[in-house]
Amino acid sequence: MLASTPRLRATLLRIAQSIPVVIGVVVISFLLTRALPGDPAVYFAGVAADTASIEQTRVAMGLDKPLVQQFFIYVGDLLQGDLGQSLSSGRSVAEDLAKRLPASLELTLTALLLAIAIAVPLGVLAATRPGTWVDHLCRVVVTAGVSLPTFFTGILLIYIFYYLLGIAPSPLGRLDFIYLDPDHVTGCYLIDAALMGDWETWRGAAKQLILPASTLALFTLAPVARMTRAAMLTALSSDFIRTARASGLSNQTILYRYAFRNALLPVVTTLGMVFSFALGANVLVEKVFAWPGIGSYAVEALVVSDYAAVQGFVLAMALLFVALNLVIDLLYTAIDPRIGFSSK
Amino acid sequence: MTDKTSRRNFLKMGAAGASVLPFLRAMPAAAQGSDTLVVVTGTTINSLDLHRSGTSRAAYQVGINCYDRLLSFGTKQTADGGFSYDYTVIEPELAESWTESEDGLTLTFKLKPNATFWDGRKVTAADVKWSFDRAVSVGGFPTVQMKAGGLERPDQFEAVDDETFVIKLDRASKLTIPDLAVPVPYIINSVEAAANATEADPWATEYLHMTPAGSGAYKVARWTPGEQLVYERNEDWVGGPLPALKRVVIREVPSPATRRALVERGDVQVAFDIPDKDAAELADKIDVFSTPVENCIHCLCPNFTFEPFQDANVRKAIAYAIPYEDIFQAAAYGRGLPMWGGEEEINDIAWPRKTQYYTDIEKAKELMAASAYADGFDVPLSISLDLASWMEPTALLVQEALGKIGINATIEKIPGANWRTAVLVEKRLPLHLENFGGWLNTPDYYFFWAYQDGHLFNSSNYRNEEIEELTNATLHMPMDDPEYAPKIKRMFEIVLDELPRIPLYQPALNVAMNGAQGYEFWFHRQLDIRPITLT
Repeated sequence: MLASTPRLRATLLRIAQSIPVVIGVVVISFLLTRALPGDPAVYFAGVAADTASIEQTRVAMGLDKPLVQQFFIYVGDLLQGDLGQSLSSGRSVAEDLAKRLPASLELTLTALLLAIAIAVPLGVLAATRPGTWVDHLCRVVVTAGVSLPTFFTGILLIYIFYYLLGIAPSPLGRLDFIYLDPDHVTGCYLIDAALMGDWETWRGAAKQLILPASTLALFTLAPVARMTRAAMLTALSSDFIRTARASGLSNQTILYRYAFRNALLPVVTTLGMVFSFALGANVLVEKVFAWPGIGSYAVEALVVSDYAAVQGFVLAMALLFVALNLVIDLLYTAIDPRIGFSSK
Repeated sequence: MTDKTSRRNFLKMGAAGASVLPFLRAMPAAAQGSDTLVVVTGTTINSLDLHRSGTSRAAYQVGINCYDRLLSFGTKQTADGGFSYDYTVIEPELAESWTESEDGLTLTFKLKPNATFWDGRKVTAADVKWSFDRAVSVGGFPTVQMKAGGLERPDQFEAVDDETFVIKLDRASKLTIPDLAVPVPYIINSVEAAANATEADPWATEYLHMTPAGSGAYKVARWTPGEQLVYERNEDWVGGPLPALKRVVIREVPSPATRRALVERGDVQVAFDIPDKDAAELADKIDVFSTPVENCIHCLCPNFTFEPFQDANVRKAIAYAIPYEDIFQAAAYGRGLPMWGGEEEINDIAWPRKTQYYTDIEKAKELMAASAYADGFDVPLSISLDLASWMEPTALLVQEALGKIGINATIEKIPGANWRTAVLVEKRLPLHLENFGGWLNTPDYYFFWAYQDGHLFNSSNYRNEEIEELTNATLHMPMDDPEYAPKIKRMFEIVLDELPRIPLYQPALNVAMNGAQGYEFWFHRQLDIRPITLT
């Protein structure tokens, strides 16, 4: 059966190939967290702890055991699906990730959709009309997007839309305190609220999302717009477009059927990259908007040497990237039939 | 008349839209009701059980608002019109009355007969005993804090009958009674906890971590770590006057700029622990309470293991070189209290006290010339990245000033996770900034932690036989003992002359309020929501 569906076989092969990567990530994240400077036992023993209570804390945390033994305990727990207990949040890491990863994903995906909706048309327009005002606008937006740090844009947007104009809701995280969280299905409030049919909460969540998503979109649309423009320019100046024009095909057909489709490959690659770095890099946006996402979780865990949380974060990200790369590869084959799995 | 879009119609539409806007903005405020308070803070509540190891400072507020102790402190008015707890006045919370035996070794408490836990069960002396046993047995911070009051072993506690609880002390100490009013010795519903304890976890730390079981003024209605905690009033509370607020929402907002915008607009009523800079700038617009933190001093500490600092002239030269006023303005924006330029003669036992040092570069140079290090030396000046908001400007100014007297200091920034290990446990930093603050507000308690050899906050590795002896002698001595004041004065004299810690200023805890009143400063530096009301 597998032989008859090459795509399924190739997908399974790709997943199998990612297993060594994940094992590597487990080992490296374990070693790296141990190599971090700082002694979590001292930190978690509290402000007025003396040597004896620090030692008690160390034993309670299992940090007095040899490193190899700690590693096997960790792997054993991992195999049972136990990512350990986060000390800084006081809950199991799996629970934390289940709560926070959707928050980050919701924010990043919304921002990315927003960025695509603006950047791709802008890039296409700029490429088809080089040197005109659209092109200049594209350039300005791109430059502003990359040069303004996200925390600055975030605070600026809060200042204008919340503080001065009072249009935006209080930047108090995912939902204002007057709403109750929707029942947990996916963890993405917009989806969960829609599933419950609770449109009041949906609107509340959407309102909270607008400012942080715009901040992040401003940052992420720059590479996407740039890449779209460059890829479109290359595509439009290639021989097959000249041939298409010579054959008298309509502008519309040339632009969307031939040029855009060919330009799409690098754009999708860029999107994959942008998504991965945005997911990790939106920690500053999360801080400014009190967004309980995964970036700020990881940074806080790192600061206090919260081993289990850092390891869980790295592992979750690794798995996410493996999945993301797979999706992008599958997208390639959908966009460009010349790319097949058989060649790999 | 006409449905054509004219300029007039367009403007009308705009006006209608604009008039709706204010109502939209006001809606959340109206929906929250008149007895809900919203507080924003930058720190994470990571457990609902203070006794658990790894519980963050911010989580202490749950111990305060959701649990009762036997005793509490009174309230006093502060200089700036706000309120503060009063260390000198002890008030009952769960205890109705208490007596001390003649020799001070036996304390007998009568519990309030009508006190009940949230589940309706009567609070008994057995609950008190269980809770105290837990605090002295779980280890870590609670055990250390209990020990400070002479409470060390379960056999010291006895439940005589349902309403009588007895503490037996090994020695009488003035710190015992105040130590019963700090957040640690709170009373837990022992029946509920025991029902959820396991063999491996006899003190139910896993259960109480997520589910408080107390008799306090507020219950926890919702808790999402990293996001929010919602308190709901316990209508049957007998520990004090029933709080005015039905619901209190504690929201975690990491960015100080966002917290400031929220409280300035009035969408939240309290911004707790805001930076000095925001406090200074907001003070004209809304209510800002900057209370100097009792028994807490920001210090520059020369480490005695570093050879040049064993020279008294070098330490004094540094004390005269420091630009105190500049530091106070740059690092603290003038919030807090100056700790320099005082009288050399010691006439009172108030602590923190102003030192006799002030900025005088010429005098500093003379002292350096008289020392064994007239040509100067190189030294790293260490600061914590976690505390960079005050340490960084301070360190830069100190560095510049030390350069003038030939000491070449290089600033070394240490990540927060390493800081405690390096500065307090290993005590290996030659020159560093430090900010110990004692919960129990007596000078001897400060000396115990910060000046006695080997103790945690003595990060300068200072040892002076007379200080050792005097601190031990005064630690448990009643403050009205005729011997107390002379001994304390002598202690001040020694450490201000020998300067193992050079006091810079007394920091303040800043709280901004917009639409609420009744804030009370507490030594534990957490928000006690019980006395707060909306305006």
